[in-house]
Amino acid sequence: MSKRFLYVNRKAPYGTIYALESLEVVLIGAAFEQDVSLAFLDDGVFQLVKGQQTDELGVKNFSPTYKALGDYDVNKIYVEKESLEARGLSLDDLLPLTYEDEDDDWAEKDSIKLVSAAELAEIMEAQDVVLSF
Amino acid sequence: MALEVNGKSIAVDEEGYLENRDDWNMDIAKAIAKEEGLDMTDAHWEVVNFLREYYDEYQIAPAVRVLTKSIGKKLGKDKGNSKYLYELFPYGPAKQACKIAGLPKPTGCV
Repeated sequence: MSKRFLYVNRKAPYGTIYALESLEVVLIGAAFEQDVSLAFLDDGVFQLVKGQQTDELGVKNFSPTYKALGDYDVNKIYVEKESLEARGLSLDDLLPLTYEDEDDDWAEKDSIKLVSAAELAEIMEAQDVVLSF
Repeated sequence: MALEVNGKSIAVDEEGYLENRDDWNMDIAKAIAKEEGLDMTDAHWEVVNFLREYYDEYQIAPAVRVLTKSIGKKLGKDKGNSKYLYELFPYGPAKQACKIAGLPKPTGCV
């Protein structure tokens, strides 16, 4: 019986190790075939912004790796609407994350779902395990 | 640790993975393969090149389950299965092929 895991990402992608660590745990955890979803809120929404440039920071730009999540069958990615709007961002500013739906003749579908803070609270309520990064 | 290729010393970690991905070339790949006891055929190169492209696009070496699925999609079902990949890389396609491709050890590979 698989458990419902939610990884909550609240921090900016660089400056701390949280974002990268979370992503690595998600990729490793994906091998265990649990019901995995990811939430991005507060400064965590910056993790999914497209066109990241890290040369000046001297660290690896790991944002292309989010695009591999679909291959790992991680395709429920919730982005909190209020956090996005407070930072002057919209869905168009984020990486286009997709997956192929096995049950729908491998049709390509969007992984990102925009949710309100209230909806996200309900999603959290429904989990067996919530891991916060 | 280091690997000698064409008179040059190439830095590798204790498990034989390249320290610097930019050092990679086909001669180095062949040298690593030799250490692994493998003769590189076209079929081996196909997987190694696939991994390098995957890394360029996603910045990770895929887990073996993902590698199998993606190879199947790109190179055909007859190649996207563990039997085919393990015949080419007996010590594990992700681990061994990634090493030859000059990539880091796959995330989640213990």
